[in-house]
Amino acid sequence: MRQRLLVYLPLLAFMVLAGYFLWGLNPDRNPSIVPSVLIDKPVPETSLPALAGLLQPGIEPASFTIGEPVVVNFFASWCIPCRAEHPLIARLAEQEGLTVYGVNYKDKPDAAFAWLEDLGNPYHAVGADGSGRTGIDWGLTGVPETFIIDGEGVIRYRHVGPIDTTILEERILPFVETLR
Amino acid sequence: MIVEIGHFALVLALVAACVQGSVPLVGAQRNRADWMAIGTPSALLQFIFLAVSFACLTYAYVVSDFSVVNVMANSHSQKPLLYKVTGVWGNHEGSMLLWVLILALFGALVALFGGNLPAGLKARVISVQGWIGIAFLAFTLFTSNPFERIFPPPLDGNDLNPLLQDPGLAFHPPMLYVGYVGFSMAFSFAVAALIEGRIDAAWARWVRPWTLVAWVFLTGGIALGSWWAYYELGWGGWWFWDPVENVSFMPWLLGTALLHSAIVVEKREALKIWTVLLAILTFSLSLLGTFIVRSGLLTSVHAFATDPERGVFILIILLITIGGSLALFAIRAPQMRSGGIFAPISREGGLVLNNLLLATATATVFLGTLYPLFVEALDGSRLTVGPPFFDATFVPIMLPLIAACAVGPLLAWKRADLAGALGRLKFAAGAGILVLLATLMFADDGPWLAIPAMGLAAWLFVGAASEWAERVKLFRAPFAETRRRAAHLPRSAYGMTIAHMGLAIVMAGIIGASAWKQEEILVMQNGESIVFAGYDVTFLEMRRIQGPNYVAERASIRVEQDGEQIAVLTPEKRFYPVQGMPTTEAAIHTTWLSDIYIALGDEGETNAGEAGWVVRLYYEPLVPWLWVGSLVMMIGGVVSLSDRRLRVGAPQPKPAKAPSGQAVPAE
Repeated sequence: MRQRLLVYLPLLAFMVLAGYFLWGLNPDRNPSIVPSVLIDKPVPETSLPALAGLLQPGIEPASFTIGEPVVVNFFASWCIPCRAEHPLIARLAEQEGLTVYGVNYKDKPDAAFAWLEDLGNPYHAVGADGSGRTGIDWGLTGVPETFIIDGEGVIRYRHVGPIDTTILEERILPFVETLR
Repeated sequence: MIVEIGHFALVLALVAACVQGSVPLVGAQRNRADWMAIGTPSALLQFIFLAVSFACLTYAYVVSDFSVVNVMANSHSQKPLLYKVTGVWGNHEGSMLLWVLILALFGALVALFGGNLPAGLKARVISVQGWIGIAFLAFTLFTSNPFERIFPPPLDGNDLNPLLQDPGLAFHPPMLYVGYVGFSMAFSFAVAALIEGRIDAAWARWVRPWTLVAWVFLTGGIALGSWWAYYELGWGGWWFWDPVENVSFMPWLLGTALLHSAIVVEKREALKIWTVLLAILTFSLSLLGTFIVRSGLLTSVHAFATDPERGVFILIILLITIGGSLALFAIRAPQMRSGGIFAPISREGGLVLNNLLLATATATVFLGTLYPLFVEALDGSRLTVGPPFFDATFVPIMLPLIAACAVGPLLAWKRADLAGALGRLKFAAGAGILVLLATLMFADDGPWLAIPAMGLAAWLFVGAASEWAERVKLFRAPFAETRRRAAHLPRSAYGMTIAHMGLAIVMAGIIGASAWKQEEILVMQNGESIVFAGYDVTFLEMRRIQGPNYVAERASIRVEQDGEQIAVLTPEKRFYPVQGMPTTEAAIHTTWLSDIYIALGDEGETNAGEAGWVVRLYYEPLVPWLWVGSLVMMIGGVVSLSDRRLRVGAPQPKPAKAPSGQAVPAE
């Protein structure tokens, strides 16, 4: 009798597995997004010189603890999706009144300067990360990436890839509200 | 026109598969010879139609017919001819066509060479093969048709992913698929046996060669993929425990277990139920691999264009194939009678231990691979399982397996003398200790476990050789006697010895590469020299070169030892304009004991702020042994396949026991 039940075990195990698979096929699910281990951790020690040509300061560790949420956006002039999300970054800074820092990732300063001249500079400060070292510290997987930091200098949210209107309105702005 | 012929042939193959899947089976159930006989021509026809279809798609690639969407998306007129042809299976649709082609090939092989099978078993096996064919042909035709046209046709194609434009990867998928799909034979035999409700020694004798063929190719496919990752990705690594690597490794582990358990069925008529289950599970894991790779279920560095609709389709196929066969197993297995109980210290006891360890290892890899999915489904959190998990869990299972692998072949069937077997391994033990001490002296750092593990590899290598020496009475009998014995030893015995020695070589390679690898990343300028791993490495110059469909920066780097030039290595950084994608071409100098591996990175700045190039240097000890060992294992499999017993195929009366009362020659 025991053996009779035992032979059903593989079938049972497979059925449970198939249930997981069915769940996993949900098209809204994107397994390639792994949340940053930096969530709820203080920002990595970040000290970047200002982008050459801009009349703005660079980024200092103190820049992240200003008592209100800060958005940090990694971008580069060679990155096409950065260009696509640029108007929404401008909206964050200009219409939503957020403090937005740009980190210019692995870029030539003059190319980045020309890019900002061309598209407008919404950032309150732009740090130049020509070597990509800061990108490594922040666990960057590519550009663009956007982080939200609370007023105490703790990373609260990370978005990989370009921001679109839906993400801005349904995720980022509500999230910033909870921090304010 | 040719493309339409290919499309039509694919439809006809589905029709042939439908006939193959139904008529012979009904014939076998009703015991009608004429219906059963339909199996052979229908299986052959299905293969011929698919061969035509595949040839037509290949033709479209060779002549760069960009009115075919598949060709447009994966080829380019300037691509070298080799990659035009390999581009056929360098994408989802084309690789599915290759998959069903190989499946049909195996069906046709049973049809052609299964003449000595009982008619009923042959008909059922061919029919089960036909069902799998129906499922995947329907999948190919309805969700992944490689023959779809586009209008108006573009002037040129999008080119193949540059990473795939490589001779190593060109032959990785076909070998891997022959391996995966080859296990369908064991599956079909298992399901046919369950339908018949009967398994005997002859059944195991028929299943084994098919499993061995699949195993040899899967070994080759995995090794080739690993080799490709090693020299093409430029990270100096050869195995990353990535989900897609794991899904090819799991059928290999379980298929290895199946190879060993089938011996027990053949020799002792025991372990029948377990062997049937293994046959089903091994192929199920192959199917699972196909599903995971193509559905986007798990995140991986290998990405086929994923599509949830395809995922659902394959999931349905899995439910029917795996669920159906396991249900059949649950109903039928209790009726199968197994041979007697056996002593733990015996050949069959050793093979059971082998199976237990291999099945546990498979379960471990399975859990590690799918754990992120399970966790996410239960509490929504996302995580990845990486090498630390596998190193901590897989290695402790494999070490006892390696240790036992030298002992098992020396045990006799039924009841063995463990002390005697260990006594005959004194040379192996000596070699193990010697290598352990030598490693202790030469290895100045690295994990301590690597040192006894190297000894264990030597133990297995010499142990496998001693088993052979034991059988031919090397140095214990006159040389003529040894020669006579060596000539009469079955090829399957040689196969086992060679494969086990290959495993020992692979193991040494794995240990060496994981424990004593050295790497250095730095920015170098023209003329700059550094000392790395005992070599003097000089960056000579940087040149821009033009390839057929890429441009490249090529560095010349001189490697010297004790003032003598060993090699000038030329790593490249290529850029493929059509795909807009850079690749690295690492340069490797091998001494067969170790590799010097150099990959080129971006332009960078030295500490002094001067411009230079990022150079990644790796010293990879024993890595070449991985490839050599894999090849030796494959040779072992092929030698075993050439055994007379398997070539003849038909079950023969067991030879009389050797009069000496020693272990009967067997695998």
